Amino acid sequence: MTEQKRLSEEELKNLEEVAKKIRENILIMINTAKSGHTGGSLSPVEVILTLYAKCMTHYKDWHNSPEWGNRDRFILSKGHASATLYATLAQMGYFDEHELLTFRKLGSRLQGHPTFGLLPGIEVSTGSLGQGLSMANGIALGLKLDKKENYVFVLLGDGEIQEGQVWEAAMTSAHYKMDNLIAVIDRNRLQIDGDTEQVKSLDPLDKKWESFGWQVLEIDGHNLQEIYGAIEHAKELGKQKSAPVMIIANTIKGKGVTFTENQASWHGKPMNDEELQKALQEIRG
Amino acid sequence: MVINKAIKKSLRVAYGETLTELGKKDENIVVIDSDLSCSTQTQMFAKEFPDRFFNTGVAEQDAVCLAAGLSTCGKIPFVSTFAIFASGRAWDQVRNSVAHPKFNVNFVATHGGVTVGEDGASHQSVEDISLMRSIPHMIVIVPSDSIETREAIKFAYEYNGPVYVRLSRSNTPDVNGSDYKFELNKSKVLIEGTDVTMISNGETLCEALECAQMLKKVNINAEVISMPVVKPVDKETLIKSAAKTGAVLTLENHSVVGGLGSAVCECLSENHPCITKRIGVNDEFGQSGKAEELLVKYGLTADKFYDEVLTLVEKKNSK
Repeated sequence: MTEQKRLSEEELKNLEEVAKKIRENILIMINTAKSGHTGGSLSPVEVILTLYAKCMTHYKDWHNSPEWGNRDRFILSKGHASATLYATLAQMGYFDEHELLTFRKLGSRLQGHPTFGLLPGIEVSTGSLGQGLSMANGIALGLKLDKKENYVFVLLGDGEIQEGQVWEAAMTSAHYKMDNLIAVIDRNRLQIDGDTEQVKSLDPLDKKWESFGWQVLEIDGHNLQEIYGAIEHAKELGKQKSAPVMIIANTIKGKGVTFTENQASWHGKPMNDEELQKALQEIRG
Repeated sequence: MVINKAIKKSLRVAYGETLTELGKKDENIVVIDSDLSCSTQTQMFAKEFPDRFFNTGVAEQDAVCLAAGLSTCGKIPFVSTFAIFASGRAWDQVRNSVAHPKFNVNFVATHGGVTVGEDGASHQSVEDISLMRSIPHMIVIVPSDSIETREAIKFAYEYNGPVYVRLSRSNTPDVNGSDYKFELNKSKVLIEGTDVTMISNGETLCEALECAQMLKKVNINAEVISMPVVKPVDKETLIKSAAKTGAVLTLENHSVVGGLGSAVCECLSENHPCITKRIGVNDEFGQSGKAEELLVKYGLTADKFYDEVLTLVEKKNSK
């Protein structure tokens, strides 16, 4: 195994600050919209941020960039975490941060679930669960046909993989040896009706994916260093094994705010003004 | 207009051949099938261009979204499977992953209607046109013969957005001439008439034409319109014909709920109300049998149309 790539202390510190800002914005957006998915938006903050800030080749000018055709792609299969993607894209300079306040409002480019064709950075439309991995496969094949070296990243929810189509797609990725595809599961262990293992058990997750022909890595999904190391390792691992790579990111639903952490009830609920102030205080420290 | 019913051609072969021809001209064309390439005839393309053919196995939902992803890379995907699976099994994927973002994905679904035959109700799609027509951005085309199939496939290739082309399993006689041109917004008046309008597409069109010949013998001049495009519906031709004849029948190998009949009646009731009759599968499931037997059983033959036309004309005259 090649030596794991690492972020410097300074990079880590900067990313931690940006992650805080993203968490704040997510909560403000959902509070302003008076609707949205608090828990599942807070759990993948570090994963999405690390991808955009450190691992992906991408262009904030979107298709105005001459290099646009040579970008890596990110697909948010768990489309209900749209607030996290929007807040991250805003931090990356895709659009003005002020627009985040239009989230879920009539006429907004920031639809409840990511919608293609409105906002720079949104590659496909997602929201109906279970479809993102298949689309990512299609992009991975398209990139190969065009002999492009780019990667496709896709983030799935853990509850989401109860959708049968995910496993249709899992077989397709392995069959077509998609070494340019890296998937991450936001393993926060909670879904709307409660603990995933009580609703319909998913474990042993690693063995499931391995048996479908995937290379599997498992990390702490809030540890920026681990996330970065795993994604950079996955880029090489896929090529070595001629296989797609799954990163199981163990996360905490509602991460960053004590009263939302590990609470299924915060899946699709906004904070009221009082709760928001309390949460922002905790995040800002 | 006399149709030679003895010479029938395969719409699916016409599709496979056209797809392969287009594939030679444009390397962006990719084909996705779900383990039915021998039936849908995408095997022709697969043999010629194995690198641009993707088999998802028995996984239609995966196939639709795979195509959506490919389209974002500038590819022009054709997705093929049976109509029941393309429209039913994968409806949510068609709606959310393809139609909503208006991706350039073409669905060419074969084995539409009861003429699937012996496989029975599970495989006989009498709802697909209804399902596809209800999705915004979707174009819905039901070709009647091999000539129209070729042209519809070429249109789908050129059109930038989702298109659903529904083909029958049965072979059909050519009703269109070799000079046929497909026009999205224009239906073809194949026989001009003054007493009643018969509108059809797919396999039932040749039956409608035969019925018109039978009606001539009892001095009823039926106008026969070929309407391959169910969505967007050709209002102009419809209203013009309805204004002339005052009585309109629709004939289709599909449920009377939501298909060509519904599209025509929606248009006429808002723009030119007149006496109408929808003939098709009468809100029921199909069953096993030979294709020809099923057409008779579900009232989709020239003889049955004839009786329906006489009843409708009588109704019109007694008004």
